[in-house]
Amino acid sequence: MQQTRSVEIGTGLFVLLGMGALFFLTTQTTGGDDFSADETYRVEARFENIGSLRNRAPVAMSGVTIGRVTSVRFDPVTLEAVVQFVIDSQFDQIPDDSDASILTSGILGSQYIGLRAGGSDTYFEDGSEVLFTQSAIVLENLIGKFLVNAGSKDED
Amino acid sequence: MTTLLRDLYNTSAEFVRTFGAFQLFSLRLIRHSPGILVSRFDLVVKQIFNTGALSLVIIMVCGLFVGGVLGLQGYSNLARFNAEDSVGVFAAFGLIKELGPVITALLFAGRAGTSLASEIGLMKATDQLSAMEMMAVNPVPRVLVPRFLGGVIAMPFLVAVFSMVGLFGTHLVAVELLSVDVGAFWQQIQITVDMHDINEGIFKSIVFGVAASMIAVWEGYNAVPTAEGVGRATTRTVVITAIVVLVFDFMITAVML
Repeated sequence: MQQTRSVEIGTGLFVLLGMGALFFLTTQTTGGDDFSADETYRVEARFENIGSLRNRAPVAMSGVTIGRVTSVRFDPVTLEAVVQFVIDSQFDQIPDDSDASILTSGILGSQYIGLRAGGSDTYFEDGSEVLFTQSAIVLENLIGKFLVNAGSKDED
Repeated sequence: MTTLLRDLYNTSAEFVRTFGAFQLFSLRLIRHSPGILVSRFDLVVKQIFNTGALSLVIIMVCGLFVGGVLGLQGYSNLARFNAEDSVGVFAAFGLIKELGPVITALLFAGRAGTSLASEIGLMKATDQLSAMEMMAVNPVPRVLVPRFLGGVIAMPFLVAVFSMVGLFGTHLVAVELLSVDVGAFWQQIQITVDMHDINEGIFKSIVFGVAASMIAVWEGYNAVPTAEGVGRATTRTVVITAIVVLVFDFMITAVML
């Protein structure tokens, strides 16, 4: 009887430790969804170049995540990237002339959409489209421009 | 020439037969599993203790050092790009998706698989299984299924413990020893790792758990009932499990990536 009891205690401890480890991994190593909202509304934005923006990338305003990218597709007519994202419904007073730009967190971090407030009296609602967008900064283009600049200065 | 051909034919026919027998054996195990899980849970608990709780020490020690060496290697390589802060991400991905499930499965085969195979093999060699049949007790649900289920249930927990202790080992090396900033270390991990990666690790651990336990039980049950036969069964358990785990790991990664 004593034997079974210690076996049972050992097994219980083992399973608890395993569950604790699983819990640790799921909560501490994932950022989790720092964005989770019951009700959201959809907004679209068109970009000339989205860099490496991908699904589930955060949408942030003043650095706070208020939404998430839900789809990225290519418009074959206008030849632009169409990014659709959802915003938590509690933020329903974002001026509809706010502009969206694709930013990078850190130098080699992942990309996200940053919204900057405009001054309009009307707000984004379900199905709105962002009018002013700024493409992702592609490092190679930047370096290219810099080199061209440096070269033309030498000639002067 | 004809003997060569006949040998080849015999070997391949034997291989196909063994493979088929293994499938039928797996089906028998799985068919009995739900019933045993409900009616004889005490037996399963005992096997979870044998395979899981008793493997904890080796799993935790190995995890600590694997995590530590990932920290050292990752740091020295990432330092060339001034990206030492990403050493946590490097180790977390390595541990959660690959090394955790794979190394745990290999250790599991060495620590628990061999003991399952030799235990069952010895029961067979000493006619305990035949004795059960004489008493109209079917040894498959009574002896084999609880051992199989114990391994299957213990494996995901062992993998989780391995990954967690491994990350702790990386933390020790990177943060305490090499003075990577602790905030950057964990924040980078939290930004980069998401639920999908952890699910991949859990999925792998379940697959490996089923494979490793099933192979161990099969080898024990089919051991030649002599001292030498039991010895060979334990060896084969480790060899076959290692091969199956690494091949499956490649396939799962290729599919899920």
